[in-house]
Amino acid sequence: MTELSLRRMTKRFGRLTAVEDVTLDIPDGTFVCLLGPSGCGKTTLLRLLAGLETPTEGQVIVAGEDQTTVPPEKREFGMVFQSLALFPHLSVADNIAYPLTIRGRSKAEVRERVETLLDLVQLSDLGDRRIHQLSGGQRQRVAIARGLAIDPRVFLLDEPLSALDANLREHMQVELRQLQQRLGVTTIVVTHDQKEALTMADVVIVMNEGRVQQIGSPMEIYRDPANAFVAGFIGTSNLLPCTLNTDRSIEVFDYRFDVEEEDRLKSDPGAGLVLSVRPEDVRLEAPSTGIPAKVIFIRDLGESIQFVLDQGDHEIYALYAPSARPDIGLGEEVGVTFAPGKRVVFPA
Amino acid sequence: MTRHLQIFYVTVILLLLAAPIVVVAGVSLNGQQSLRFPPQDLSLKWYAELFRNSDWLVPLRNSLIIAAVSSLLAVAIALPLALHVWSRNNRLARALYVLGVAPFMLPPVISALGFLVFWVSIGMYGQMTATIISHGVFLVTLPVVTISLGLAGVDTSLVEAARTMGARRGQVLRTVILPLLTPYMISGYAFAFVLSLNEYIIAYMVAGFTVETLPIKIFNSLRYGYTPIMGVVSVIFVGLAALAFGLIGRYGNLPRLLGAERVGND
Amino acid sequence: MSGMRQNSTPGWLPFVPVAWLLLFFLVPFAIMLTVSVAHRVPGGFYEPGFEFDSYLRFFSVFFGRILLTSILISAGAAVICVLLAFPFTLSLARMKQRGQTIVLVILLSVLSLSEVIIGFSLSTLLSKTAGVGNLLAALGFIEESRAYTPSLFALMAGMCYLALPYSVLVLYPPVSRLDPELGEAARMMGASPFQTFRTVTVPMLRKPMMGALILVFVFTLGVYLLPQVLGQPQHWTLSVHITDQAIFQSNLPFAAAMAVLLLLVSLAMVGLSLLLGRDKVTDT
Repeated sequence: MTELSLRRMTKRFGRLTAVEDVTLDIPDGTFVCLLGPSGCGKTTLLRLLAGLETPTEGQVIVAGEDQTTVPPEKREFGMVFQSLALFPHLSVADNIAYPLTIRGRSKAEVRERVETLLDLVQLSDLGDRRIHQLSGGQRQRVAIARGLAIDPRVFLLDEPLSALDANLREHMQVELRQLQQRLGVTTIVVTHDQKEALTMADVVIVMNEGRVQQIGSPMEIYRDPANAFVAGFIGTSNLLPCTLNTDRSIEVFDYRFDVEEEDRLKSDPGAGLVLSVRPEDVRLEAPSTGIPAKVIFIRDLGESIQFVLDQGDHEIYALYAPSARPDIGLGEEVGVTFAPGKRVVFPA
Repeated sequence: MTRHLQIFYVTVILLLLAAPIVVVAGVSLNGQQSLRFPPQDLSLKWYAELFRNSDWLVPLRNSLIIAAVSSLLAVAIALPLALHVWSRNNRLARALYVLGVAPFMLPPVISALGFLVFWVSIGMYGQMTATIISHGVFLVTLPVVTISLGLAGVDTSLVEAARTMGARRGQVLRTVILPLLTPYMISGYAFAFVLSLNEYIIAYMVAGFTVETLPIKIFNSLRYGYTPIMGVVSVIFVGLAALAFGLIGRYGNLPRLLGAERVGND
Repeated sequence: MSGMRQNSTPGWLPFVPVAWLLLFFLVPFAIMLTVSVAHRVPGGFYEPGFEFDSYLRFFSVFFGRILLTSILISAGAAVICVLLAFPFTLSLARMKQRGQTIVLVILLSVLSLSEVIIGFSLSTLLSKTAGVGNLLAALGFIEESRAYTPSLFALMAGMCYLALPYSVLVLYPPVSRLDPELGEAARMMGASPFQTFRTVTVPMLRKPMMGALILVFVFTLGVYLLPQVLGQPQHWTLSVHITDQAIFQSNLPFAAAMAVLLLLVSLAMVGLSLLLGRDKVTDT
């Protein structure tokens, strides 16, 4: 039973704070994605877990034991690096065998284990190849097999699929997820690709500026973002300045409407708040209602039609299914309203 | 410059560089003891003579021993130095790098004179050991440079990967870094070997009158009587250098070794 | 973020090379320094002392001439070599990797050749019986073959032969790092090949060229043997005189004083070239 915990973890590089006061608990066998824009501290957090960086403050606890000062070679973790870090001087089989031979396992045991792993990642015939003879996807599999060689307590992957082209990446996402489910190993993947995170993870941890913004299942993160950053970062959201009045009405620009039962208010009444609405919840109506705006761009995305509207200070995005496409053309003036129950107010 | 002009220019310069060697190679084929070009009475007898005549055989043996051992010393000193500079990268380490690069950057006469007074002071003047150690110090720069280049190409994540897979510091060194550095150590050795064979002034000042090397022997012959054997030695030296550097070029990346970063793979 | 590379080697690792280089590289220099102020015993060696007689000889006409000769010959050779090497290196850097490797092998083979062998080869090439004289006579340019050595021309030819490969190798890294797209961009904006060379290539490489000039100058200052083989006694440079004083005149203190001077000049020049190299990094 490996439960992985971080307690008040902070890491500073000189004056820069890369990770700030992060506390989280990851249950055994969970597939976790650390998601955030570049520079948000997600890679540093992974390296802290791996023992490749020493935290400025805080603790790493694995299965109840404090591992904060344990060097990386004693943690019994597996890791896949962004560059993959495959050894160019070793064959595929020797790369996978590395963590086993370094532990002095017997030759027979190593050979058997390497064969199992090669089978697992479907590279059975390529054990004798050199790394430079492999394709990008094959190298990926070697790195994964190598990371899993010792049955690690925790499997860490740093942007493992970023070097692959789009098709192969999607394929590997599914494969990696299936592999993890089969083995049940606690897995933590760093990614900046939200689609990747939503595809693979049991739990998504959204980070920004060194801090955890939200922890939740992919559905929770998407449906119920905890703050304006998450709302803006996951999927697309219109984020508009608004005022929440004490009589439970919302003012956006000069448009005023009442809060409905299903609308979520994450802030006390006041001015300078943020209204978040997904594009599919934006309605285009006659110019006399809602927020006056002009259609400046229409784009057919296949499964949906996107309208880009210019309000004057802000652009507003609206999304319609092709069957429900309103009869509105480029340059027309419209009124913008928001579907009741789909509106969220955040503090700025 | 247009493409053709460029190739023409490069070719002309290379031909000019080759001219003296061609003439010397021709001279080495003279049948008589004279330096004529084109050679007369074509014969390979002077090549045999080099390995038969003890006047030349002793310097040949000396040169080979000195080059083989001093280059080994140079690599043995350069490796820990370069590793330390790489892993620490602080002010002291950089100063150490300068110390490693300095011997070869300064005019060799200076080092030669320094070695001369040093060996005289400790009473080892004129011994082959003195020549070997002097060459080992003088040539340490070459493996320092090649090994440092090799280390600069080692991706830090390889080291980190090895650590996460359970390798301790010493094991990382043995199983990852040293294997990756082997080609650079070999190139460093080859560079040092070729240059030690050709080195004159230090060998001359440290033990010129007792431990004759081939360059010293040639220089003495320049004063006391030319013989085609001098041409033979020159040809062999050019051939050895071309072989050593050719092998480095064949199995390594010579442009990168000499500091180019922007080289196409086509 | 290179946490694992830091301290990835044990702390005792540098002790052996440091001790080795201190003993066999720095101590000899220290001894040389003491010898340079030692008292010369005419006809013998030297005895310990602290006097500046050897340094005072720098202010003689004899020494002034040596210094001037050294500087003129080295500077001349350095300028010629860098001018010849610059277009050569540009062309070399444009070649495919295989071609570059072949040319580099040739350059290294020539560069590693002993000065003794180069001196011997060129004196043969320029001799009466085996060289250019024969060729010119056979072609009818001159009446009968003659020797072109020893002479200033032969000496300069030798210096350039020695220093040209070195110049190319010093210029090679900065030239090969020059982004070829810059030149292509200039061409797209209407610059002719020559204009591109003058307005893009040369300005971008001005500092590396100056640096190369200095390094080649220091390199040619160190030439110790060609002046004896290819030149006449009035062409002997500082390096030749250091050898001569040390071995044949048995005046070690004076040889050491000259070596100290040469060392200081070389260090100053190398330092200057490093400074030029650093500027280049901050501009780009």
